[in-house]
Amino acid sequence: MSVQIDQDHTEYQEVHPLKAVAGGKRPDPPSAMASTMAFAHRALLRIKHVPEQMFDVTVFPIIFLLMFTYLFGGAIAGSTGEYLQFLLPGILVMTVSQITMYTGIDLNNDIRKGIFDRFRTLPIWLPSALIGALLVDVIRYSLASAIMIGLGLILGFRPEGGALGVVGAVLVILLFSFSFSWIWTAAGIIMRSEKSLMMVSFLVVFPLTFVSNVFVDPSTLPSWLQGFVNINPISILATAVRGLMHGNGTWEQVGWVVVVSAIFVVIFAPLTMYLYRRKE
Amino acid sequence: METRKWEQANGLAVEATGLVKVYGKERAVDGVDLVIPRGTVYGFLGPNGAGKTTTIRMLSTLIQPDDGSASIFGHDLKTESAAIKSRISLTGQYASIDEDLTGIENLVLISRLMGYTTKEAKQRASELLLAFGLEQAAKRQVKKYSGGMRRRIDIAASIVVTPDLLFLDEPTTGLDPRSRNQVWEIVRALVGTGTTVLLTTQNLEEADQLADRIAVINHGKIIAEGTSSELKASVGTGTLTVQLLEATDQSKAASIIEQKLGAAVHVSTDGVTLSAQAKDSSIVAEALGELGKEKIGISDFALGRPSLDEVFLTLTGQSASDQPTEEEHS
Repeated sequence: MSVQIDQDHTEYQEVHPLKAVAGGKRPDPPSAMASTMAFAHRALLRIKHVPEQMFDVTVFPIIFLLMFTYLFGGAIAGSTGEYLQFLLPGILVMTVSQITMYTGIDLNNDIRKGIFDRFRTLPIWLPSALIGALLVDVIRYSLASAIMIGLGLILGFRPEGGALGVVGAVLVILLFSFSFSWIWTAAGIIMRSEKSLMMVSFLVVFPLTFVSNVFVDPSTLPSWLQGFVNINPISILATAVRGLMHGNGTWEQVGWVVVVSAIFVVIFAPLTMYLYRRKE
Repeated sequence: METRKWEQANGLAVEATGLVKVYGKERAVDGVDLVIPRGTVYGFLGPNGAGKTTTIRMLSTLIQPDDGSASIFGHDLKTESAAIKSRISLTGQYASIDEDLTGIENLVLISRLMGYTTKEAKQRASELLLAFGLEQAAKRQVKKYSGGMRRRIDIAASIVVTPDLLFLDEPTTGLDPRSRNQVWEIVRALVGTGTTVLLTTQNLEEADQLADRIAVINHGKIIAEGTSSELKASVGTGTLTVQLLEATDQSKAASIIEQKLGAAVHVSTDGVTLSAQAKDSSIVAEALGELGKEKIGISDFALGRPSLDEVFLTLTGQSASDQPTEEEHS
């Protein structure tokens, strides 16, 4: 350590604090939009400095898609090509829903590292701290979606809904993911450690994504399970996304996703903010 | 009378009555009263787990007191937290900075969150980096900074807009002397422009150097309060420390020192280091002379200022370092 300090001339550069304290005139507090943009910018800078965090939206989706297509394709649908038509919309929903939980992990880290305290003592509209981060997450989800759809097209996925249907499907996924993320922000504040947060997140996300209509047609399931699968938000989303991609979607299907998303936001956004303000 | 007039003209930065914070069965803060005039430096002195950080977190609106009340510049802590937030700033014990971002990115972020436009924010960030001797490290990630640099960037982030009241939680713990002096210089500059500073420390010298008034806190209670000289008067002007050559001389030496100085002798665990408070230096010379007459060999002796440990010995009858180190609540 001492060796490093001897060589490091920046360590003890002279300080002239008086020059700084004079300049700090107080401007009007930022608008909600301005502070949200500042937080979004922070999230982008974090991607620049910690690019590893993009693994979850780039490498994971590729592995998932290849794995499930070739593992189950033959067994479930007779051929991988045919299964892909059914699977891709579902696996896209599953993958993006699963990566939403990293939102909570980032917030949990902020809390443990102390920067959370600074944000909370600033004269800002507090939800902007989370909304800014979630907006950048939406960009991450878009990237994951683009990668999966691109790879799917190479593997033989042919959406009958055309480009418009695919874009619509992605927008529905983004709306859902943004809303679903508020569960993880609430959990990220409650949980003491990253480990316990991961465990809880997996406990929620795995049953939700697997016990759905993502992999199989629910009519093959026992009736008690069908009941759960049909009201599972992931199934509701997968149904709408499939419909849009294959050109046979209905407004009703999309409407249900909007309703489910609204429910998530109405419950978990205020809960998150309550916890955020009260965190000790 | 003089102080009262001054206080009325300037108002109080902090006024707290009976602040209490309970975690489970532990009363982390147990009835703290505070009066801090504007424009002064107030030192909070105490060991780990004494309740310093918890008190600061309550006063800076981060956590709510379980009992008691406080006002910051006349704004009620419970009902006017927004007004308080626009007057205060907090530098926590652990860097409240995004370590993955560079120094300048952090300061631009905080400046924008304070309400500066992006252009103004960049200008303010460069100004601060220059003033705090960090311009060469501006484009380096904060996680690559040394301890002293981290502290400075953290304080810089706290004064992007010069606060009326700055909370500094153990600003120099773990810093080397040169970095510590830099932090002191910054605190003095801030106070010079009218900022009130509430700082916590485990180090009496720091409180002595910076603080106008000091509160000694232990087990969530303020056990002494006053100016630095008042506090020191209460624990004696200094401490004589004698290191014996032979541990076998311990009891004999202890009784001589106790008799001459008229104060209780503290024997360290090594068995050869004795210390006692001394009221003036002439009796110290006498005590040392007496030890020489009795042919008690001394390897070293020193007359030092009272340390936090001695303040604690006197005020609580127990050593500060003997305190159980409780986990700070976050």
